[in-house]
Amino acid sequence: MKRRFPAPGPLSRSLAALVALTLAAAGCGSGAKGSGKDITIGLITKTDTNPFFVKMKEGAEKEAKAKGVKLMTAAGRFDGDNASQVTAMENMTAAGVKGILIVPSDTKAIVPSLAKARAKGIDVIALDTPPDPQSAADSLFATNNLTAGTLIGRYAKSVEGAKPVRIAMLDLNPGITVGVLRHNGFLQGYGVKDGDPSIVCTQYTAGDQAKGQTAMENCLQKDPGINLVYTINEPAALGAYTALKAAGRTGSTMIVSIDGGCTGVKAVQAGQIAATAQQYPLKMAAQGVDSIVAWARGGKKASGYTDTGVNLITAKPQAGLASKDVAFGLANCWG
Amino acid sequence: MPETTSTEPSGPAVADRAGRSRDAAAAVARFAAVPTVGPLAALLLACLFFSLSTDRFLTGGNLSLVVQQVMEVGTLAVGQTVVILTAGIDLSNGAVMAFGTIVMTRLAVGGDVPAPLAIVIGVVVCAAFGAVNGGLVTMARLPSFIVTLGTLNIAFALTHIYSHEQTVTGLPKALTALGETFPLGDTDVTYGSVVMLVLFAVAWYVLRFTAAGRHVYAVGDNPEAARLTGVSTRRLLITVYTVAGAVYGLAGLLLVGRTTVGDPQAGQTDNLDSITAVVLGGVSLFGGRGSIVGVLFGALIVGVIRNGLQLMGVASVYQVLITGILVILAVGVDRLARRRRQ
Repeated sequence: MKRRFPAPGPLSRSLAALVALTLAAAGCGSGAKGSGKDITIGLITKTDTNPFFVKMKEGAEKEAKAKGVKLMTAAGRFDGDNASQVTAMENMTAAGVKGILIVPSDTKAIVPSLAKARAKGIDVIALDTPPDPQSAADSLFATNNLTAGTLIGRYAKSVEGAKPVRIAMLDLNPGITVGVLRHNGFLQGYGVKDGDPSIVCTQYTAGDQAKGQTAMENCLQKDPGINLVYTINEPAALGAYTALKAAGRTGSTMIVSIDGGCTGVKAVQAGQIAATAQQYPLKMAAQGVDSIVAWARGGKKASGYTDTGVNLITAKPQAGLASKDVAFGLANCWG
Repeated sequence: MPETTSTEPSGPAVADRAGRSRDAAAAVARFAAVPTVGPLAALLLACLFFSLSTDRFLTGGNLSLVVQQVMEVGTLAVGQTVVILTAGIDLSNGAVMAFGTIVMTRLAVGGDVPAPLAIVIGVVVCAAFGAVNGGLVTMARLPSFIVTLGTLNIAFALTHIYSHEQTVTGLPKALTALGETFPLGDTDVTYGSVVMLVLFAVAWYVLRFTAAGRHVYAVGDNPEAARLTGVSTRRLLITVYTVAGAVYGLAGLLLVGRTTVGDPQAGQTDNLDSITAVVLGGVSLFGGRGSIVGVLFGALIVGVIRNGLQLMGVASVYQVLITGILVILAVGVDRLARRRRQ
């Protein structure tokens, strides 16, 4: 019943080692501080694992290094993890950041936290996804998702022409702005409206490959004649492709998508996806960092919406439609 | 597992004897055997490390922030601890809490129910979930792991059905009151933090000084022996799960106060987070052993590491990594303590 733990000797020795280590770490910390002129910027993404956010982080890190400022990063543990984003905002505020770049996981729930940070004089910039209302952030750097949808809608129309189509729409999730904008953009570009008889199937996929596959399988059960598939992103598109392949329908069905991830562009190269609209997360983050640094060094605070651009990527360009080839897509892809 | 020396003396008894002892080394060893010493030492070491690493850590405002950030999982961990002390486990707590918050917020905002009544209904709904858990564990004799895995999914689904996947905003003041702060010296303290600390104190008192509390340990240690000594194990277990459910409802109210919204996505990792706090707090997952005070330290350790690393500018994923290592260390120490004793 005696001595379950090390006797005081080794314990105090390891304590001393720990204190030494701590002091060393403290030394490093204060050493690094001077060079950044005390400008620290926070980046909060939805998750750490999605390649889109990995690229975003990379963009922010590169830009922060180039400008000589410090970057701290945090992320939720799953898509929709509002509590972790709130915690990260509080901790970054406590750490004394000048500005926070955030991709809101829950566009409404994050609003009170954005207001709190702004009340403390922090420049709050939304990346990729606007909060609801958009005015809850100082500014927004994002893809115009309506434009992205329109690009692939027009492309599909230009390929199909006046032929009768049976469309499947593999959407994101109910009530998420990004998904609604892309959906509406595609319909506008194609020139049909929701409820049109040519839209034979609409399913939610959460932008997930496995769910995209299930959704496509179900759509094919409903109507085996589907020949045009709109997908919210490339994982959903690849899921749809797998389902179409199993049904022997890949030759007669066109898939269009949005995102421009490297896997997606390769799928365009391989002919699995006909066209995709590429967006630029690295640019969003870099421009966001620039904007905060410029303001912190005495410039003007950015406001409103900045479009970070979107390009149509396809291996089979259509006359009269501006597009970039696969080589461009691969050079600028993420993931 | 064979638990031969289950008559482990409680904390104060050990401390008393240590006080009388002349042998300093033995005193230290005995002191270290008190289950809360390990977690407390880890917490203090973490605080020391971060205080030396960043000058922003050791301020009243920041420490108050850490406690505020811990109040949701910490409160859930109180319910989880009581369940684990009976050798059970509750995977449903985060989902039940989320359902409670959606019930409270939707009733108060859209249902024309006065806010205080909406809160009570939310807590009662959570307690009812707990009662179902307890009933199935005792009456149907199903393992708590399976029962709560089932209710986890049921509560998750009900949350999303009832909320229509919509975040509830524009809450009345009564629902968010616990997220407000009051000044203590020059530090702003959140009311919810105080509620959590009071809850820990009450749980500590009940578990240590009341017959019901001692029965919880007895049932966790050896249910058959407890039954033979006259403890109504069934009634006790149902009570434990029901009370735990009500505590999850309270956690939901704290969460609503903190975020000022009703969020259907809330709590998805809270079951494992609360188990992490319990394990870091030195409570044995085999039941019957451990102190609720250690669990408070366990919850705070996670919060301190998350906050401290963030202040140092270390990416959040490393906090998860370090928590994982600590959990394995904590279970390892628990194992070692048991083996030495035998």
